[in-house]
Amino acid sequence: MGTDAPEARLRTVDYSLFYGSFRALRDITIDIPENSITAIIGPSGCGKSTFLRSFNRMNELIPGVTVTGKVLLDGEDIFHQNVVALRRRVGMVFQRPNPFPKSIFDNVSYGPRIHGIRDRGTLAAIVERSLRDAAIWEEVKDDLQKSALALSGGQQQRLCIARALAVEPEVILMDEPASALDPVATMRIEELMQSLKQKYTIVIVTHNMQQAARVSDYTAFMMTDEERAGNLVEFGATKKIFTTPADRRTEDYISGRFG
Amino acid sequence: MTRKGIIDEAMRVVLLCAGLASLSIVVLIGLFILRESLPAFHEIGVWNLLSGKEWRPGQGQFGLLPMIAGSGLVTLGAICLGLPLALCCGIFLAEIAPTWIRVVVRPSIELLAGIPSVVYGLFGLVVLVPAVRQIDYPGNAGFGLLSASIVLAVMILPTIASVSEVAIRSVPDEYRQGALALGSTRWEMIRRVVLPAARSGILSAVVLGLGRALGETIAMIMVIGNSVMMPTTMGGPLPGIFLSRARTLTGNIAVEMSYATGLHSSALFATGVVLFVLIMIVNSAARALMSRNVRGGRP
Ligand SMILES: Nc1ncnc2c1ncn2[C@@H]1O[C@H](COP(=O)(O)OP(=O)(O)OP(=O)(O)O)[C@@H](O)[C@H]1O
Ligand SMILES: [Mg+2]
Repeated sequence: MGTDAPEARLRTVDYSLFYGSFRALRDITIDIPENSITAIIGPSGCGKSTFLRSFNRMNELIPGVTVTGKVLLDGEDIFHQNVVALRRRVGMVFQRPNPFPKSIFDNVSYGPRIHGIRDRGTLAAIVERSLRDAAIWEEVKDDLQKSALALSGGQQQRLCIARALAVEPEVILMDEPASALDPVATMRIEELMQSLKQKYTIVIVTHNMQQAARVSDYTAFMMTDEERAGNLVEFGATKKIFTTPADRRTEDYISGRFG
Repeated sequence: MTRKGIIDEAMRVVLLCAGLASLSIVVLIGLFILRESLPAFHEIGVWNLLSGKEWRPGQGQFGLLPMIAGSGLVTLGAICLGLPLALCCGIFLAEIAPTWIRVVVRPSIELLAGIPSVVYGLFGLVVLVPAVRQIDYPGNAGFGLLSASIVLAVMILPTIASVSEVAIRSVPDEYRQGALALGSTRWEMIRRVVLPAARSGILSAVVLGLGRALGETIAMIMVIGNSVMMPTTMGGPLPGIFLSRARTLTGNIAVEMSYATGLHSSALFATGVVLFVLIMIVNSAARALMSRNVRGGRP
């Protein structure tokens, strides 16, 4: 690693994942630097979501999943940690906006509340800060008691980002956070990510090549091999991946020759 | 018209008729009971019927308050005993139980729902009444509100458990994932996200249970003692009231209808009307409760 490359925050070593006997990820080794945006790209079904869910152990919720190899957060094996504490440090925004059927306020204050903050004033401050950080405060500040389900899709997604921020995670995982959104909402979320990376380490899955090129600092390209297991083909600075990829398959995918 | 068009139209008419038929049956029953009860309401007076503490058909006294109290208390008791258990059961089946337990427990709960109520009455008579009789309390004979509440709690358990299980399972998985991804424990997820999201379904489960409890007849007759009297603590502390004998509205009708004539018969129909209204009140109260928090809930 170069001297001015930031510290690796997330790291996997020979990491494989199996759905029952089906191997979905094969021997993935990667170092994801902190305070940066890393994009994971690749054809549909290559295991991007599966890989992303590995960082907060969400795959464990699926029966029959087994893993080999290591996933490290700040050098510590996440499988040896308390999963609840881990998910506090590694937040997630899902592909489909999934606000709870509660008020806007209750959605954002959900995390701090379960982590023990009771004081109404403190909660209100956290809610405002998170909504501001997620660039949705101006749109909702007049009625925080409104049901979150009454918001538009783009607003819901930003609310979900605010909800994740309220927990003050260190890493934020985003699985195609803009795939259900129009270009304007997408742009807002992209701007948002730029401002968030000062404080957080962000990993984002995207199908949109332009988006990856626009927003990310690093890009990981994944693809399935002959046995349909997802492999990490290439990982590096986004600029390099998009201009002078080392692997032929990366070049083909980026130039739209397959995928 | 095309063949498909004719079938379409015919189906529409058939379904419409079926809908209208069920509606008119309900209305007809209501009207019929109302008509039969009119003499009682007219001659005795609505207020006297509702607030009268004496029910002596022989002397022309027709007060329904003891039966209203009996039905109310036994339902309250059944809900207090049965609801927590049934909810836990529903939550367990929907969220926690591994598949093999689920496939064993769910059919047995459904079986419980299918047992005729007279069998529950027998169980109460043979097991509960003697057990309750062991409690040392003045005037306690075993027959009474406590035995009846326990029988009723068991009877409403399957309804509430299975309906609330369905409600809980129908909560989208995205909510669960969202809650867990924020660092909730499983229990926090259930309590703060899943249950609130299933609230309206759970409430309908409770309403169904309440309806069943209020309407239960034969099992109540067998264990509640059937004395026409205001439930009393017999001088003891308040919970002692559950050791009192009582009679339910349903029991009142079923016990006396076979020999009642004239005003007496009409007063029994009036008992039916009171029961009907009580159930409607419970339903609309539940509905109101459901919509109360709606701003924080579904849009
Ligand atoms: N719950 C599951 N059970 C079994 N197999 C699964 C499960 N989820 C995903 N898979 C399989 O794992 C592989 C990778 O799936 P994954 O969802 O991670 O792909 P993806 O790269 O995110 O695709 P997309 O771009 O379409 O979202 C696929 O072959 C998929 O069929
Ligand atoms: Mg995916």
